[in-house]
Amino acid sequence: MSAVIEGKGGFRTWLNKRLPVDQFVEDQLTGYYAPKNFNIWYFFGSLALLMFVLQIVTGIFVTMHFKPGEATAWNSVQYMVREVPYMWLIQPMHAVGASFFFIVVYLHMARAFMYGSYKAPRELLWVIGMLIYLALMAEAFMGYVLPNGNMSYWGAQVIINLFGTIPGIGPGLVEWIRGDYGIGDATLNRFFSLHVVALPFIIALLIGLHLVALRQVGSNNPDGIEIKEKPGKDGKPLDGIPFHPYYTLKDIVGVGLFLTAFAIVVFFVPTFGGLFMESPNFEPANPVSTPEHIAPVWYFTPYYAILRAVPDQKMGALLMALSVAAFLFVPWLDRAKNKSIRYRGLASKILLGTFFVTFVVLMWLGLKPADGIYVLLARIFTTLYFAFFILLPFVSKADGNGPVPERVTYHAH
Amino acid sequence: MLIKFARLTAALALLSVAGVVSANEGGHAGWQREAGNHVANLPSLQRGARNFMAYCSGCHSLKFERFSRLCSDLKISDTQCETLLMRPGDKLTDYIKSSMPPADAQEWFGKPPPDLSLVARSRDPNWIFNFLTTFYADPASRQTGVNNLQLPGTAMPHVLSSLQGVQTAVWRNVEHKGEDGAAVVSREFEKFEPGVAGSLTPENYDDFVRDTVNFLQYVSDPTQLEREGLGIWVVLFLLMFTGIAYMLKKEYWKDVR
Repeated sequence: MSAVIEGKGGFRTWLNKRLPVDQFVEDQLTGYYAPKNFNIWYFFGSLALLMFVLQIVTGIFVTMHFKPGEATAWNSVQYMVREVPYMWLIQPMHAVGASFFFIVVYLHMARAFMYGSYKAPRELLWVIGMLIYLALMAEAFMGYVLPNGNMSYWGAQVIINLFGTIPGIGPGLVEWIRGDYGIGDATLNRFFSLHVVALPFIIALLIGLHLVALRQVGSNNPDGIEIKEKPGKDGKPLDGIPFHPYYTLKDIVGVGLFLTAFAIVVFFVPTFGGLFMESPNFEPANPVSTPEHIAPVWYFTPYYAILRAVPDQKMGALLMALSVAAFLFVPWLDRAKNKSIRYRGLASKILLGTFFVTFVVLMWLGLKPADGIYVLLARIFTTLYFAFFILLPFVSKADGNGPVPERVTYHAH
Repeated sequence: MLIKFARLTAALALLSVAGVVSANEGGHAGWQREAGNHVANLPSLQRGARNFMAYCSGCHSLKFERFSRLCSDLKISDTQCETLLMRPGDKLTDYIKSSMPPADAQEWFGKPPPDLSLVARSRDPNWIFNFLTTFYADPASRQTGVNNLQLPGTAMPHVLSSLQGVQTAVWRNVEHKGEDGAAVVSREFEKFEPGVAGSLTPENYDDFVRDTVNFLQYVSDPTQLEREGLGIWVVLFLLMFTGIAYMLKKEYWKDVR
């Protein structure tokens, strides 16, 4: 691991004597060996990073024209998209970007579930990833409240009141979060501060840690076998290829496809039929006019469906908190010897498949009004949701121990 | 052509979540119709702007839209803008305010008529179309003498009655089981019958409303046409970029066995 820093002279040597640029590139990119059998599911990590950068960049411009506060927020958004050059493009990119960020993050998490990427030695990598997800949810929620549309207002009302169900400190806590007795100027201003300063810093830090942890343990792969255990004569893994140029080039193809999809939505269907931008949010916040039914944006709805499935609000809030927290324990709930779903039995495949379907159905239910058949369905699927975490230790122990291949599956194209 | 293709792609993507989307819109009553407006239809937008200024702007504002923006987007010259759309006292750079003093509005209608800058996005064009076409005579309404199928009990009088006339609604009684099992009779809308005639035929009135709705859809998102025009080039560029990136990737990956 020694990049050449002597002999050549010139600017590059001068620079590297003072700042280890070449060393860094070698450690992180050209000398970092990743398994050669990554499939399409491995695009979403780099795409999540891209979305983070894109949100920061568009966010910088939105912040230039946005005026936080009860009286100014909504008008300033309308003003920027109508009268500031190209903000009609940048502001929707930021709003639609939140949805795309979550699409990418959910697919990234699904990948980890399929190939057991959270299993030893990658437990911390997974836990840090989950912390990013939590911070991202807080960031997205506050960003959604900031423009002070009517759904912003009522959504914030519902979510913040959830903290009121915590025994003892609840009511005081809610007041402390809002900084007022209702969602008002104080709430919007502190959310602005948290949304543009505190949380982006926290997320950036966690992304850094996520990458450091990834470099430490190395990437998992669709076969779930450790490539480091099969080194060649040169000490490099036989099934590994340098991250750069192979995966940088492959990821750029992913970036191209992803940005094409993103551009189609931003330019042609920015509201995505009310899914990415909800129609009540094209009305300013109105404390005396509740939207027909309050639903958070789609990426929160699985948890919202769980909240509403329980008749008792306190229990509902508790279950909702549990449903998010459960992800943190997955590395220890999964007791299979093999990582990848490819080398697990039918029971594991059915269990994981059911969980994926359950998550999507709950997502859909959270967008529906909570009445009639939807309540019953929400209860059934909430049960299935938790059944996954309860059954995982037993199923994985029973049928995740079969033989695995020596080397990764790869067919040269 | 290309815009159509991109719209089609987008529509396909939308279809995949159609179930979810319909969840947000609720049921479809039999009398509801599609507005059938096209925001790219410039003459329709121009007529809509004229309709709005003549019939709506007395009470409703478009507080985020300036006359200058409106007229340049709809290719109306400044002179025409001043003579045909602007009212005495309006300046080109003014936002389109309603002529009604807010205090009077409060007193006359119980609440000030809403600003309509974003109504086509907070509701949707079909909703406005149905709202403006389903006013009917209702003696029970003491304030305005009319009621509305889309927004029952609306505070808005039938401002367009000189054009549409005032139709009457025919109802039928429907018997169904209530929650406790007992038979409940409720009335259900059957059809409209012509009442007092207006100056427009029903078809011409629909066209009038369609143009107005179209105009409101433009105002709710004035950049939409420009956005789609640029979007085509962005998508084409990205597809080309992806193609080149793919070929480069393939070349490098030849070495991986």
